[in-house]
Amino acid sequence: MENRVKNLEEKAIDLRKTILTMIHEAGSGHPGGSLSAADYVTALYYDEMNIDPSNPKLRERDRFILSKGHACPVLYSVLALKGYFDYDKIYTLRKLGSILQGHPDMNKVPGVDMTSGSLGQGLSCGVGMAIGLKYDNNAARVFVALGDGEIQEGQIWEAAETAAKYKLNNLIAIVDNNGIQNDGFTKDIMPLGNIAGKWQAFGWFVIECDGHDMKDILRAFNEMKSVKEQPVCILANTVKGKGVSFMANVPSWHGVAPNKEEFAKAIEELKGGI
Amino acid sequence: MSGESTRQAFGDVIIDIAAENEKIFVIDCDIGKSMKTVGFSQKYPERHINVGIAEQNAAGVAAGLATLGKIPIVSTYAVFGSMRMLEQIRTSACYAELNVKVFCSHGGLTPANDGPTHQAIEDFGIYRTIPNMTVIMPADYESCKALIKEAINMDGPVYMRFTRDAMPFYYSNGEPFEIGKGKVLKEGTDLTIIANGDMVHEALKAVAILEAENISVELIDMHTIKPIDEALILKTLSKTKKIITVEDHNVINGLGSAVADIVAQSPIGIMRKIGLNDRFGESGPYHDLLKKFKMDFSEIVSVAKELI
Repeated sequence: MENRVKNLEEKAIDLRKTILTMIHEAGSGHPGGSLSAADYVTALYYDEMNIDPSNPKLRERDRFILSKGHACPVLYSVLALKGYFDYDKIYTLRKLGSILQGHPDMNKVPGVDMTSGSLGQGLSCGVGMAIGLKYDNNAARVFVALGDGEIQEGQIWEAAETAAKYKLNNLIAIVDNNGIQNDGFTKDIMPLGNIAGKWQAFGWFVIECDGHDMKDILRAFNEMKSVKEQPVCILANTVKGKGVSFMANVPSWHGVAPNKEEFAKAIEELKGGI
Repeated sequence: MSGESTRQAFGDVIIDIAAENEKIFVIDCDIGKSMKTVGFSQKYPERHINVGIAEQNAAGVAAGLATLGKIPIVSTYAVFGSMRMLEQIRTSACYAELNVKVFCSHGGLTPANDGPTHQAIEDFGIYRTIPNMTVIMPADYESCKALIKEAINMDGPVYMRFTRDAMPFYYSNGEPFEIGKGKVLKEGTDLTIIANGDMVHEALKAVAILEAENISVELIDMHTIKPIDEALILKTLSKTKKIITVEDHNVINGLGSAVADIVAQSPIGIMRKIGLNDRFGESGPYHDLLKKFKMDFSEIVSVAKELI
């Protein structure tokens, strides 16, 4: 277990470096929410999900929907590092002709299971996939990463009630609870109240974890496997901009790229581990 | 009048199609009875999803099912199918190139008594603006069944609009239809009337009156608005040089505008558009509404005479 955790922690550092490199190179993008998602995305792709990078369309694969699509550097990074496409493509993010659009395009990027970017839509797509997989007797699961700000969208709760009605225990929503949205802190823009209580009230089984403690993330993933007749919400308590001291918990790092000096400083920090 | 609503054609044909095609799913939004999908839901409960009054979610669920190779049909009223769930269909289905069908009843003024909240008069324009979308309105029961079969056989998102109220039977069972190819119902030389959906029936009445007065009319059922049948429009234009479009929709951005896009590129031709003149409808009997808003056969006749 110790080695497993240590290995994943190292992978998460690689992910963060790749995230910052591609956003810096692009000159625009969303570092804050990409960094807050880096640890659970690492755990999913390197440990939890049944996937085959050489066969992105594998019928039995677990699906991942990045409903908070603006955080796509985290997804592109893990796909590049896992070998879904040539790593050097990360330098083309947001550039003309690139497969790496500003938000994920399932028809351009091998390994992207759903096009996303308009907040609030991904969980419904996950519900459709989960219903279809059950119909096909396919044991694959569907993971949907949601921003905490994103769950202000009403469609999320429409999807939540449908998932509960159809007892979709093959659907797992991960709420990236970093407390920050575009315009500021969620508590100031639109307070979310008792997030765990809301999901429970909608009929979901809620597991809370420290979204940056790899051991706790693995514990949450392990616990979700025992849930029989409910969709699972993993409430991952995270820090926006996690891993880079001057980005951590600073709302202005939601959607700007680091300049040359900031980038160098961030990479230097990451080399020392987080 | 002997006839049937095209929403009934949807409810009837989808049971037949589902028997042969296991990929078909229907997603209802609490108006299954009105959408005539109850038969489907009883025969294929495992392929029927009712998300309740939650149209945006219905669109997303359909997109998710389509990623697995299913053929999901979102079933609701045209007002909700074109506006409440618009962005979900635009981004999660059309941009994502997923095989989602949006089949909607209550097109135009056909939910006559329900009033403006339920009369979709913008949907053609909305959906024909979105890349990758196909937009269709069948005229009657049999053509609706045939076009639904074509839409299911086609890979890609389709928006199809049905009538709430009954329309006269016109086509026979077995009449072939091709998406994107208008049907010439009658050849003529003096002018062309291009209609679709319920307005084909008003056009037929107008043609009978005009023909009795020795005006030779070419009549086209342009069931597919997008892709519009450019070749047929140019062909009829070269013959008659005059086109009147007739649609149960705002005159802005619907069938008339789609035809005008082609006429604008032609060196010859003039045209007039008949439809709802950029205003909301109201509650009332269907034919009274058509008359009040200058969309019925008598309006077609008078515009035709002005054009000759």
